Amino acid sequence: MSQTELITKNQELKTDLREIAQDIVRRAMAGGATDAECVVREGDEFSTLVRLGQVETLKEAGSRSIGVRIFHGQRSASTYSSDFSGDALDRMLKSALELARITSEDPFSGIPEASQLGSLAGDLDLYSADVYSLPGEERINYARRAEKAALDYDPRIKNSEGGSFDAATGHKVLANSHGFVGEYQRSYCSVAAVPIARSENGAMQRDYWFSVARNLGRLDSPEEVGKIAAQRTLRRLGGRKVKTAKVPVVLDPMVATSILGHIFEGINGDSVYRGASFLAGKLGEKIAGDHVTVIDDGTMVGGFGTSPFDGEGIPTRRTVAIEKGVLKSYLLNTYTAKKLGLQTTGNASRGLAGTPGIGPGNYFLEPGKKTPKEIIADIPEGLYVTEFLGHGANLVTGDYSRGASGLWISGGELTYPVEEITVAGNLKEMFFNISEIASDLEFRGAMACPTIRIDGLIVGGE
Amino acid sequence: MDKNRFFFQHYGLTEHDLERYLAAALSAGGEYADLYFEYLSSTSLMVDESMVKSASQGISAGCGVRVVVGERTGYAYTDDLSSERILHAARTAALIASGPSKTPVVGFQEKPTRSLYPVTLPSVDAEITAKVELVMRADASARAYDPRIKEVRASYSDELRNILVVGSDGTFAEDSQPLARMNVSCIAKTEGNSARGSSGGGGRVALDFFFGEKTPEYFAKESARQAILQLDAREAPAGEMEVVLGPGWPGVLLHEAVGHGLEADFNRKQTSAFAGLIGKRVASEKCTVVDNGTMPWRRGSLNVDDEGQPTQNTVLIENGILKGYLSDKLSSRLMGMADTGNGRRESYEHIPMPRMTNTYMLAGQDDPEDIIRSVKHGVYAVNFGGGQVDITSGKFVFSASEAYLIEDGRVTAPIKGATLIGNGPDVLTRVSMVGNDLKLDEGVGTCGKDGQAVPVGVGIPTLKVDRLTVGGTAKKDPGGFMQ
Repeated sequence: MSQTELITKNQELKTDLREIAQDIVRRAMAGGATDAECVVREGDEFSTLVRLGQVETLKEAGSRSIGVRIFHGQRSASTYSSDFSGDALDRMLKSALELARITSEDPFSGIPEASQLGSLAGDLDLYSADVYSLPGEERINYARRAEKAALDYDPRIKNSEGGSFDAATGHKVLANSHGFVGEYQRSYCSVAAVPIARSENGAMQRDYWFSVARNLGRLDSPEEVGKIAAQRTLRRLGGRKVKTAKVPVVLDPMVATSILGHIFEGINGDSVYRGASFLAGKLGEKIAGDHVTVIDDGTMVGGFGTSPFDGEGIPTRRTVAIEKGVLKSYLLNTYTAKKLGLQTTGNASRGLAGTPGIGPGNYFLEPGKKTPKEIIADIPEGLYVTEFLGHGANLVTGDYSRGASGLWISGGELTYPVEEITVAGNLKEMFFNISEIASDLEFRGAMACPTIRIDGLIVGGE
Repeated sequence: MDKNRFFFQHYGLTEHDLERYLAAALSAGGEYADLYFEYLSSTSLMVDESMVKSASQGISAGCGVRVVVGERTGYAYTDDLSSERILHAARTAALIASGPSKTPVVGFQEKPTRSLYPVTLPSVDAEITAKVELVMRADASARAYDPRIKEVRASYSDELRNILVVGSDGTFAEDSQPLARMNVSCIAKTEGNSARGSSGGGGRVALDFFFGEKTPEYFAKESARQAILQLDAREAPAGEMEVVLGPGWPGVLLHEAVGHGLEADFNRKQTSAFAGLIGKRVASEKCTVVDNGTMPWRRGSLNVDDEGQPTQNTVLIENGILKGYLSDKLSSRLMGMADTGNGRRESYEHIPMPRMTNTYMLAGQDDPEDIIRSVKHGVYAVNFGGGQVDITSGKFVFSASEAYLIEDGRVTAPIKGATLIGNGPDVLTRVSMVGNDLKLDEGVGTCGKDGQAVPVGVGIPTLKVDRLTVGGTAKKDPGGFMQ
């Protein structure tokens, strides 16, 4: 299958950027490259922040950039530019060709085979021009309404870091010397509120909530966002420390997603081939509890992690990474797949410069049946985590230690807020100790996880 | 000082153009406007499995236009430095205001500035083969350190940022800011056990820094040493205990616990746990903390900040008393305080805000060995990963990557990485001993705020904190309250 034209129902894209990308590839080849790949990105952004009812910032801009990766046999190098003038592009190509002389011969380097390249057909519903359809004053109003809903919710909320409305569109073109050229557009908009509550003793707490969508119609109302932000902030007031203890820990979806993120890092081909992950070499083995099934699916219509092709021009796909606790597949790009003697999973992520990395499609933990409330109801004493602080995960050893805050569970119910505590364990055991998975899966980004319960963690406090 | 007038030479800009752009920015009644021109060239190299697998170079350039009226900021940018596009950005940013047009002051004034990083040949323009030598030497040195070192990744990156800032108040400042760093990460493996180590450093230095002062071998050995040490690390304790922080990079404590909370924007908005505490005790009297942007060659230093203001050495805490905040133009105007030259931004695409430069605690009187000897049961933490703070609640964390137990006044076994958590406004009140051994970090810090990353430095002398919560997995005392 060497179908390399992007065909979608609502966007028959054939733009100038495509011509530029193809031209750069042709010129790189004419200049002596044995293979070449060019990426062009163009984007617009709008953002506004309203604080205490007044506009604080308004930002509006557009930009574009271009990057080229070239190969001299098994050597490669990359260059980029934000300047599209003839001189700048000449210089970009020239330095890429020069730079490729000083890198090492790497037998696994290269762009994908022509037969692997392609793009998903059909409308993936990734772009809607309506994110920019609101008139200026309405956009500001979205931000203002979100903040107002939070401020009006409770008299203890008197201050705020503001309400915001953001919109952006991005356009990406990829072309390579194996005949691939594809492009797609994506859009995004979001509304958020960050209220601050003050308790009687003067202690302050801050939290946030947001809604994000690819089109305006799917955004939650600013009032709903503000109300939830207020509730999340208020429930933190009066936080205290608890005694150091080993108790069941329940993670709300936002923080549970970070645990799923550690699984992603652990099965990322780049960590795997270097042995920088404790999950390296565990293909086919049990690495997590029986009910843990993790899927990466870059093809979901309208998804935040969806694209018709990955950063190397490979059509995206659905990969079952973990099935009932058994590691079924790593997540790979072309290079890491070759290193491991496997096939790419279409997870290449391409920045402007450097070698492609590995990124998620829509990556999630399959939901269970219970509600979060039912999961909490089973726990006599435990911790419900609503925020993690810091980055204390070591994928080489699995050691895990992070700052946390949340609510104490007592008698199966959420009771008082807790803060200035740590949660520690080892990811090797934590993945097995995911003892409950709730039904509340909701995508707010490319990664999503329902509420989960993990046993055996040490909560560090007094 | 030698004026390079980079943007005048390369883009044909004139003072007249700048005045025109500023006038357009103020055309809707803005009170203040500025333009930030940036031309950034960068190089990076990475060696993995003893092969140079990645080499890249690039250029990004653009101009950001800011218009301020009261507390409102309008911002627009362009990566096309033609008159037409800059004027378009200026008119877009102008719309934050609504009123009769204002006129920028006539005539730019350039203040004298320091020359903190006078490199003759910026590393970005140096021979690429010398940079390849650096990463290859780092790889060889780390592998030679111990046969258990199985994986090595060494990277080198540098950049040169040319900036020009002009403001409607007559501000005119340009700077040429070099930045370079090396990083080495290692994985050590034995039968059934693995561990990682990492080290790096640099600053606003030329390439010869890595051939003289701090060689690739220096970083490679340090990285390998940490990985080997971690192979034998035991579980870290959990709960509150005495913590001794080694000198240098553990200064990330200051950055998280107090630095962010003292940025003026948070205090203007009364969203920081430090709001309203000027003149109050926030640390033990042994603590004096400064933010100093004027240290030669350092990663966090700047001749002028990203609003064109010369940087300075600002006392934040003096003998335990809170003295001041870190401010930018907007905060200083709205709060009626001096501009400390801390207005920084990641790039022309970003709005400047108050940020740290090099934040450190001055040396005290105590002998570091006495500090260790004074601890019966605690943790000695000498190397850290990053940290994070919630400036509103004041809670902060920082993660130890190299730490040891202290038992009966002696440093004993290495322990696994653990997060330490505390409360910013009171952690320094628990500092009971301050060493005489102030050290700054090697030059690896990058600070993130509102999605903007900027290079910073930190430092402390050896410090003893009487009580801090350590997030380990081991019981604190046998027969304690663990279930």
